[in-house]
Amino acid sequence: MAASSPLTIDIEALGLDQGALLLLRRALARVPLGGELRVIGRAPEWDLHLAAWCRSVGHAVRFETTGSGAVASAVLTRNVQAEGRWRDAQHTGHAQLSPGQMPAAEASAGWGLAARGAQVEAGSPPFDFALRQRDELWAASAGELYRQAAAAQWDPETAVDWQAEFSLAPELEAAVVQVMTYLIENENAALLVPARYLGQIHPHYREVMQLLALQCADEARHVEVFTRRATLRGAEPGLSTAGSQASLQTLFGVPDFSIASFLLAVLGEGSFVNLLNFLHEHAPDPVTRQIARLAARDEARHVAFGMAHLEHRLAAQPEFRDSLRNAVEQRYDALANTTGLNEEVFDSLVVIASGSLTPAAVARGHQAVSRLQADMATGRRARLTRLGFANEEAERLAALHTRNFM
Amino acid sequence: MSEPTTQTLVMGAVAYAPKVVTIWEGFKAFFAQHGLSFDYVLYSNYERQVDAQFDGSIHLAWNSPLAWVRAHRIAASRGLDVQAIAMRDTDCDLRSVIVVKADSPLQQLADLRGKTLGVGAIDSPQATLIPLDHLRQAGLVGGRDFTVRRFDVLGGKHGDHIGGERDAAKALMAGEVDACCLIDGNHLAFGLDGTLPSGSTRVLARTGLYDHCNFTTSPGAPAELIARFTSLLLAMRWDDPQVRPLLELEGLREWRVGRTSGYELLARGVDDEQFYSADGRILPVDYRY
Repeated sequence: MAASSPLTIDIEALGLDQGALLLLRRALARVPLGGELRVIGRAPEWDLHLAAWCRSVGHAVRFETTGSGAVASAVLTRNVQAEGRWRDAQHTGHAQLSPGQMPAAEASAGWGLAARGAQVEAGSPPFDFALRQRDELWAASAGELYRQAAAAQWDPETAVDWQAEFSLAPELEAAVVQVMTYLIENENAALLVPARYLGQIHPHYREVMQLLALQCADEARHVEVFTRRATLRGAEPGLSTAGSQASLQTLFGVPDFSIASFLLAVLGEGSFVNLLNFLHEHAPDPVTRQIARLAARDEARHVAFGMAHLEHRLAAQPEFRDSLRNAVEQRYDALANTTGLNEEVFDSLVVIASGSLTPAAVARGHQAVSRLQADMATGRRARLTRLGFANEEAERLAALHTRNFM
Repeated sequence: MSEPTTQTLVMGAVAYAPKVVTIWEGFKAFFAQHGLSFDYVLYSNYERQVDAQFDGSIHLAWNSPLAWVRAHRIAASRGLDVQAIAMRDTDCDLRSVIVVKADSPLQQLADLRGKTLGVGAIDSPQATLIPLDHLRQAGLVGGRDFTVRRFDVLGGKHGDHIGGERDAAKALMAGEVDACCLIDGNHLAFGLDGTLPSGSTRVLARTGLYDHCNFTTSPGAPAELIARFTSLLLAMRWDDPQVRPLLELEGLREWRVGRTSGYELLARGVDDEQFYSADGRILPVDYRY
């Protein structure tokens, strides 16, 4: 299948419907526009097919015959517009970002789904991705967080010893089931809120897109293991209150990815890390302790991304801090008439930390839950301070966060 | 039907597939951008479209080769003039083939005697009329010397729908016909898509070269608008990303000035198969459109 000279190709007995078109296209790519390529072949009907193909793609062709009238070769004249598809092709940056390098400030709708770094044909259909401004979604550490997240994925089947032996008093088991019920509805929100934004992200910002996809996968696992623990001893999940759901519902009405990240990740999931650490420390059975530890590690990454994104956005737009402040205040107002954390959950946490219902034990448990709430507020305050809020305001806003934790 | 205004050039096209709307809406916008007021009327078949060329409904028509033959005959019989002003590069120098299975005992055209030939739609130039003409020139007449089995898809569309050729090809592979007729490009395409696996068929005969569609003016079409239409068409470039999608949908790389030298085989086939009379009347009684 060797080309005997730069302008001649012998496709031998290979038919155009058997792969010879590939050889022709490769050979033509080496011919200047308007230049000629001689083709020699001997497959049945190769000349018939060559004429039809040349007609369809705009190359002129003439055939040279032997003395007996048989076709000896074909001479193609390459269409002068053969490379026209790539005229004005769009450049889309680089697939891999070097340290400190950022993707484009704005991703063109016309880049569509193309790999970042690919050349995109001009006139490709525009995709209506709402999130295509870098500052509205980017985080410098997104790529690194994605790698960490990918490495930290765990299998609910094998990462948890579901066969571990334990036996709980009925009131303790019921408390665990109630806390799992509460965790599940919060994890449902933590999955669906980012998922709603995930579908709006321009794939040019692939690190964020990939990270959010894993974040959704994390939350899917959490829903799975919390459900499995809730039902481990045959119970159905417990109670879900209107106030708790109203608190989560406000996260679905947020119109901005940064604000959603702020409320959900920085304030909500940040508080959840405290809660999961609490469960890891106090839970009465090894299964609950294991799943709390695994989920807490995932949630910590989600908080890290939320923080990194807001640091990026506030560096680019310091005035965006006002929007964050307003978001906390608006959410507080919206939830002013709800009950906050339902008492079933609060009491269940106390029971879990108490281990039994004697007054002395309950006193210990109550103290532990109060300490948990204080730790949550301290954590929120620290993160708000890191985002540039003055101490006093950080304290005020930390206190306005929903009593439902998430 | 009322007379179209002379300010807007009105073209007829046949809706052989849903993409036809996309194509002509795109061209309408393109012409509007370039200052030519253009509109189109869709017909469900070429016969009605050619009739409309003679009742003042449309200034020109995007015609199949068979529709051109009929329009030309009607015009000539009435002392009127129609012209083929432009065509696609892909409309020039087509060829059809008569194909048998690779292991068929048929070695030459004469072996078709007493056999069954699968053809396309009754009104398909490439898969019916021109191949039948080719056989007639070789002394074989359909219905007398061999059986013609029609794969009639969408009558009145003049074979624009590929379905008839594909059905005939499948019938060949299934052993239901001894040979079938295809346009050269479809023989390659069916090899690539597996309808006729590579190496499974043999070409028994190739027809002569012929041309396909053209823009046919109606008698008395406004010359200035037609000239503007033609010059805009010929200036369309495939490497213009705004224009390329339209050209790709319509299946061409560039528009060419129309020529009428490539319709002789078809005109002869139309006479021999008694499809149209010399004055363009439709003759087959079983032609549904």
